[in-house]
Amino acid sequence: MSQGISTAHSVVEPSDTSRWIAGFLVALYAIITITPLAWIILTGFKNPADAISYPPKVIFTPTTQGYCNLFTTRSRQTPEYIAALPATEAHCEQIARADNTVVAGTSNYIPRFVNSLIIAFGSTILSVGLGVMAAYAFSRFKVPLKDDLLFFILSTRMMPPIAVAIPIYLMYRELGLSDTRTGMILLYTAVNISLAVWLLKGFIDEIPREYEEAAMVDGYTRLQAFRKVVLPQATTGIVATAIFCLIFSWNEYAFAVLLTSGEAQTAPPFIPIIIGEGGQDWPAVAAGTTLFLVPILVFTVLLRKHLLRGITFGAVRK
Amino acid sequence: MLTHATPGSQAFLCNTANTKPIMTINRTLERAALATPAAMSSRLRGLSDRAIAWLFIGPTMLILLVINIFPLIWTIKLSFTNYRANRPNANVTDVGIDNYVAVLTDPDIWLAMQNTAHFLFWTILLQMLIGFTLAYLIDRKFRGHGFWTTMILIPMMLSPAVVGNFWAFLYQPQVGLFNYSAALLSGVSASSFSMLGSVTLAPWAIVIVDTWMWTPYVMLICLAGLRSIPDYIYEAAEVDRASKWRQFWSITLPMVMPFIMLAVLFRGIENFKMFDMVNLLTSGGPGSATELASITLKREAFEKWRTGYSSAFAIILFVAVFGMANMYVKALNYVKNR
Amino acid sequence: MKTLLKKLLALAGISLATALCLGAAPAQAQDKTITLCWAAWDPANALVELSKDFTAKSGVKMKFEFVPWPNFADRMLNELNSKGKLCDLMIGDSQWIGGSAESGHYVKLNDFFAKEGIKMTDFAPATVTGYAEWPKNTPNYWALPAMADAVGWTYRKDWFAKPELRAEFKKKFNRGLAAPKTWTEFKQVSEFFQGRVVDGKKVYGAYIYTERGSEGITMGVTNVLYPMGFKYQDPKKPYAMDGFVNSADAVKALEFYKSIYKGSTAPGMTNAYMGEGLDAFKSGQVAMQMNFFAFFPGLNKDPVVGGDKIGFFANPSDKGKGVQLGGQGISVVAYSPNQKEALQYIKWFADPAIQKKWQAVGGASAHNAVLNDPGYAESAPYAPAFMESMNMVVDFWAEPSYAELLQAMQKRVHDYVIADKGTAKEALDALVVDWKKIFKEDGKLK
Repeated sequence: MSQGISTAHSVVEPSDTSRWIAGFLVALYAIITITPLAWIILTGFKNPADAISYPPKVIFTPTTQGYCNLFTTRSRQTPEYIAALPATEAHCEQIARADNTVVAGTSNYIPRFVNSLIIAFGSTILSVGLGVMAAYAFSRFKVPLKDDLLFFILSTRMMPPIAVAIPIYLMYRELGLSDTRTGMILLYTAVNISLAVWLLKGFIDEIPREYEEAAMVDGYTRLQAFRKVVLPQATTGIVATAIFCLIFSWNEYAFAVLLTSGEAQTAPPFIPIIIGEGGQDWPAVAAGTTLFLVPILVFTVLLRKHLLRGITFGAVRK
Repeated sequence: MLTHATPGSQAFLCNTANTKPIMTINRTLERAALATPAAMSSRLRGLSDRAIAWLFIGPTMLILLVINIFPLIWTIKLSFTNYRANRPNANVTDVGIDNYVAVLTDPDIWLAMQNTAHFLFWTILLQMLIGFTLAYLIDRKFRGHGFWTTMILIPMMLSPAVVGNFWAFLYQPQVGLFNYSAALLSGVSASSFSMLGSVTLAPWAIVIVDTWMWTPYVMLICLAGLRSIPDYIYEAAEVDRASKWRQFWSITLPMVMPFIMLAVLFRGIENFKMFDMVNLLTSGGPGSATELASITLKREAFEKWRTGYSSAFAIILFVAVFGMANMYVKALNYVKNR
Repeated sequence: MKTLLKKLLALAGISLATALCLGAAPAQAQDKTITLCWAAWDPANALVELSKDFTAKSGVKMKFEFVPWPNFADRMLNELNSKGKLCDLMIGDSQWIGGSAESGHYVKLNDFFAKEGIKMTDFAPATVTGYAEWPKNTPNYWALPAMADAVGWTYRKDWFAKPELRAEFKKKFNRGLAAPKTWTEFKQVSEFFQGRVVDGKKVYGAYIYTERGSEGITMGVTNVLYPMGFKYQDPKKPYAMDGFVNSADAVKALEFYKSIYKGSTAPGMTNAYMGEGLDAFKSGQVAMQMNFFAFFPGLNKDPVVGGDKIGFFANPSDKGKGVQLGGQGISVVAYSPNQKEALQYIKWFADPAIQKKWQAVGGASAHNAVLNDPGYAESAPYAPAFMESMNMVVDFWAEPSYAELLQAMQKRVHDYVIADKGTAKEALDALVVDWKKIFKEDGKLK
């Protein structure tokens, strides 16, 4: 097993003052960088007029109108029409009526969110799965042209998405993959595999071959050794890679906006175009952004220990 | 002896030495296999290594070939024609290298490359400096560092397009937070400057947003590097009475350098292709002050529909990144082997 | 570790299976459903409501695909160019007519109109030329005028009514403070308000279009160019642009637009189009706002700046009159498998009764039955300005190559007005060079 993952490297433990200063500076940086995000989260709770108030309002009365607007479509009606409607208990309907609108239906946000979940998790699993296998092979076997193949894999990341969008769009149309979740999953997998293979090869290189060799001498086949010996040891690396791949697929925009429309569109192309009465509905956009951040945040926080441990790239010592 | 390290692979980043050469182990197994009765020996081997290698690498290569190579070849073919996607029925003729010549002599293209170079240089420099500093400070392991680290990581988890969109809101001089805070902190009037409106400030506006987003990424990688330096090296330095400063310059920095260079490689490739964040933030404006290469590419391909021309531009961009990455990776190997 | 791994693998398997199943399964409705594609804005929401009547009458269900303006052209033109079947009906921008007609994206409607007795003379002439005809001024129809629109202006009537401001203005300019009729008057009013403190806040004179990415600044600057004498080409010689695009009048007009931008607008409006204008006006930053009439019903009802506080006026004139045409026509996509039902929709939409309803729910009908109705001028506070505007509309090029012509103008105008590059004359001269190149590539010029 891995011996002593190196934690502090400064032999003379940093003095209390230097610790305190470090803590202060890092906290300061964290606060400064979180402030824009906090502002956006707050904007999700403002009403549209407050959101664009000039000068910006720091103190305001919170409302859930932004979230309601995010999940519904509304149409403007005359006050008489609204007065004539039966009373309603629905929270969002009440807010809409106060503004002389009625709820006309649900918005596309939830379907887009679900698409994001399916496409991002699907492609992450696929790319990490394929990636760990390829990384193992590159790590353990004498593959012809290994260096060149690995560089080729890296080079697939180098083409700007805009450039390959048209050929891929046409190709997908021929294959019937245009605007489908399968198509997007395949596409994101192809993009993420390069990162997955490179990161995972590094992790797997750290795992001493002796363990599998010993297992194989004990009678395991290579495949079994891979499954029972290598994979468990590579778990932290797999988790770290999965997080990076997930973040990319979750947040990807260029391909999503060019290759999807009604069926498979994910949330990133959708959020910046949430329109209110002509202009952007900033509270709804802010609400959409906040909600979209939540799964990634939860996923990362839950796996934080794995991430931070895995980030040491398994500093195994002999 | 370091294992045969491929460019950029993580193997060489950590000082692991495989003490037993591979050949010895394989030979041991082979001898063992040959020595055992046939039935047991095949059980020993299971699926041959060769078959497994193919099985494991095959699907990856297949996906990459189909999704990446095929469009690349198509783009190359298109770049030699005058095809326009908005005239699918028009005559398509072969124009040889005319498109390439046109791209390389177009002043607008050169302007876009300049903007991209400016963006690349400053984002990488700032992210390296701030990212490494943060990693170094976090490595002091003060109380609560786990919490603050997670906080710092959050901007990285957002979608670049969404970030560009709401930073446009934040940069608005009248209703936005940025100018408001600047006014509070420095007394400058909030409406006296406009980050997105001025030709001189806009390039810095995009650098600031990108740095805000991706410094955590660089920080993580540097943190990994810092943590991979074993204690005993520092112990030895202490014994030699090396000063903290000396320790930093001759131990810490050189051993973290490969990690830093890896971060620069990945960030450099990504920022060269940067499109969504800047497009939603400034649309390449004001004028063309923040028009990066990808934005020009999008304009040529999807607004002017000059498909052949934009394909040539895309190939040129690809070759540029490919070439630079190749040289860079060789440099990375050199640093690692030092 | 092992259990975590097992869990991950299980999750992997399930998600992948679900994903592939969901991804591959086509979702097709069994009854007839047709899809209408338009931009995502208020009138589109109104059309959704109105179309329920069509479904009730014909049994054909409606699906809608709305894309917001900044991405609308990219998405839809991509769709048409690749013969996509997403849209059966397309309410495309007026400038797409040339390209769509020549590339066979739209179904030619002459025969259908003749068969169903739909007469183009029932619609305002400017809208027929602008939204339906290609080539222009020939009786070849590719769309039914659906949404009549033009650029107009709103202003803060309550500010203009303040006695102290009225007195000061009268003293300075020797005329009453009112909605400007000429561009000279406009500049006086906008500079009067620029930087003034009204109701405790600093405000600015005007809001004008400056957007770079799609078509914003062009849609703004043409409102000054047209009245001051700019022309796209020699009226007697098509595509002859020297001396018309870059005439002395045009140069003066471009300089004038820049002077408004520099001297009368709020800071930070360097990439602003329709949405930003609404934000700026609704948050009380500007006295006058340039925007499309399509937004005026919503603005009129706005709780903060609507009702008594808002007034409307048509685009100011100068030597002549002119205003940028907006609006769209509704067409049948040639690649649609549901053309019969799509044509049914067009027939239903062309009915004068439906057109009146369309006007009432928030659309802008182009039908004479609505425009010539005696009550029209009083129907809404912006109606008189709208009628005035529709009589002086001019459209941008609707050529097949319109997108490149537009991009060239976007670049040259934005570089000069916002990024301070060169002079107005240089910008327009460069634009003529750009446009000549495009027309040459297109075969329209030798």
